[in-house]
Amino acid sequence: MDIHEYQAKDILSGYGVKIAEGGLAYSPEDAVQRAREIGGHVWAVKAQIHSGARGKAGGIKICKTHDEVEAAADYLLGKRLVTHQTGPTGKVCSRLYIEAGTEIAKELYFCFLVDRSSERIVMVGSAQGGMEIEELAVNNPDAITKIYIEPAVGLQDYQAREMAFALGLGAEILSHAVKTIKGCYSALRALDVSMLEINPLVVTKSGELVALDAKMGFDDNALFRQQKISELRDKTQEDPREMAAADRGLSYVGLDGDIGCMINGAGLAMATMDMIKLAGGEPANFLDVGGGASAERTEKAFRLVLADKGVKAMLVNIFAGINRCDWIAEGVVQAVRKIDMKVPLIVRLSGTNVEEGRRIIAESGLPIITAETLADAAEKAVQARNEVVAKEAAQEI
Amino acid sequence: MAIFIDETTRIIVQGFTGKIGTFHAQDMINYGSKVVGGITPGKGGQTHLGLPVFNTVKEAVQQAGAEASIIFVPPAFAADSIMEAADAGIKYCVAITDGIPTQDMMTVKNFLRRFPKDERMVLTGPNCAGTISPGRAMLGIMPGHIYIPGNVGIVGRSGTLGYEAADQMKRLGIGISSSVGIGGDPINGSSHRDILEKFEHDPETKVVVMIGEIGGPQEVEAGLFAKEHMSKPVVAYIAGLTAPEGRRMGHAGAIISSAGESAAEKVAILKELGVIICPTPAAMGATVAAVLAKM
Repeated sequence: MDIHEYQAKDILSGYGVKIAEGGLAYSPEDAVQRAREIGGHVWAVKAQIHSGARGKAGGIKICKTHDEVEAAADYLLGKRLVTHQTGPTGKVCSRLYIEAGTEIAKELYFCFLVDRSSERIVMVGSAQGGMEIEELAVNNPDAITKIYIEPAVGLQDYQAREMAFALGLGAEILSHAVKTIKGCYSALRALDVSMLEINPLVVTKSGELVALDAKMGFDDNALFRQQKISELRDKTQEDPREMAAADRGLSYVGLDGDIGCMINGAGLAMATMDMIKLAGGEPANFLDVGGGASAERTEKAFRLVLADKGVKAMLVNIFAGINRCDWIAEGVVQAVRKIDMKVPLIVRLSGTNVEEGRRIIAESGLPIITAETLADAAEKAVQARNEVVAKEAAQEI
Repeated sequence: MAIFIDETTRIIVQGFTGKIGTFHAQDMINYGSKVVGGITPGKGGQTHLGLPVFNTVKEAVQQAGAEASIIFVPPAFAADSIMEAADAGIKYCVAITDGIPTQDMMTVKNFLRRFPKDERMVLTGPNCAGTISPGRAMLGIMPGHIYIPGNVGIVGRSGTLGYEAADQMKRLGIGISSSVGIGGDPINGSSHRDILEKFEHDPETKVVVMIGEIGGPQEVEAGLFAKEHMSKPVVAYIAGLTAPEGRRMGHAGAIISSAGESAAEKVAILKELGVIICPTPAAMGATVAAVLAKM
């Protein structure tokens, strides 16, 4: 789960990380009011969306008058911002963070993340901040310092000092840097943070170390013990279909193709989508219905897949382990009868009680296309999809 | 020989008396696994499924000679149960539980490293279907009937895709020595590489099928190991050709977050390392059959 910049800054400032003065705004009037409260002559008006690279997408405006603040707020609120992290549809900005302008002497990059190879938390820093770390990793890998943290003892002071020196910070700022770095680590451990990025971390002209941006991601598996973090969830930043799926205990990811999928197990789901692609089609979604696929769950999954109006054919691929094919077949038949499907349905069942499952489908009298193997299922789905598209084209002429 | 488990392995179930634990314990017993009891703290001394219930894993090791354990404990308590098993002297542990926090798994891995290597418990999972040595023992939640005994080892992250592989092979009359699920989480007990090493040393296994997916470094590390240390052919399929970058595909670990983690990149690297690539997930059985035919 991701949170907004202003939420991350609020958390980090509680752990001793210095941030610029700022406030939240939901309207241009709010924005001007916040700027007045903050005072000074320069403000940053920052779109709050769950994505990095907001600056490049035009989501951050530097303003020198209250009129400029108002105009920037008016421009950004309700705007859909597209970055390389949001996908082509972008994310809508409905909140702004108004922040006091900071006089920057130096921009640094700093983050903590989980390193899967070493199975440790790794601290990553670079004296060349402001740039995307991915770019830096390609163009100038030597400019990146990585320090691995031993989980049993946690981050040590000497490691924080090593990082501070690697970031080019001098003696006059060292103790503050150590405090900042250790504060971030404490937040990470206490709150089950999976990724914490401060880009840029800046040294101001007055010699302070300030987190100018902050991005935090949390381990979904740990939210059960992070009640306060769970409350920070902003549903407007997440795909509504994926949210609806998660609420029903299903795992769904919307994609750009037109063959809808319902599969049990994440690996089999990915493999089935691969087969669709290899057969010349494109999957409309990833959907794992999980282990206990009851009739109700199957119906919900069908509704979710078919809510995507671009779907031209639907493929069900179930390998029953704990599940039983006859239960799945009953669920599919019930769902099709209830929903009034307009697109062809291809069903492939395998595993426990497969004969019984196939018999139920066959005897239902419904126009369900059945397939025996994975390859057969994908080919039939692509063929059915092509027929639908051809028919639509013929009707248009 | 098979790896990790056979018909003599003395098994306990952690989370024994719960609904899921009960169901799968019965299923494992029906398959022929030597289940010798289970753990539910506070219910020690009772009998469940005709077997003794213990309060602690240590008691189960001392009194029932437990060697292997399977964990059905809920995510919030699962890491604790894994460490209890390791400390009690269990040799092999399968964690079925899905949803264990990443920091808990880091703690578990760090805890396991404290033990000298020859005394260290081997953990597979979490978030996996378990391990089966067909015809001998099942320590997991898979449908046992889709596996026939034989000489092909399977290692994979996904449960159902592993079933698919076993099923394709069964249709061609190809049997399995052992099938090991390592789970879909970003930090897991054993890696693809660890399991390849076990199969390399198992005289019964002739070929290994590795079923990987997008995200993380493990498939490539396994490929490097295969090139440098294995005499047996390794066949691999990597799921997730169509997965977009930065999106989590069901499994917490199945996310392309840096260079080299996409299916296409992993396939290219593995090919270079001499691993035999399954061109499609429908060709896992046929690819293995072709490899066996040449041996």
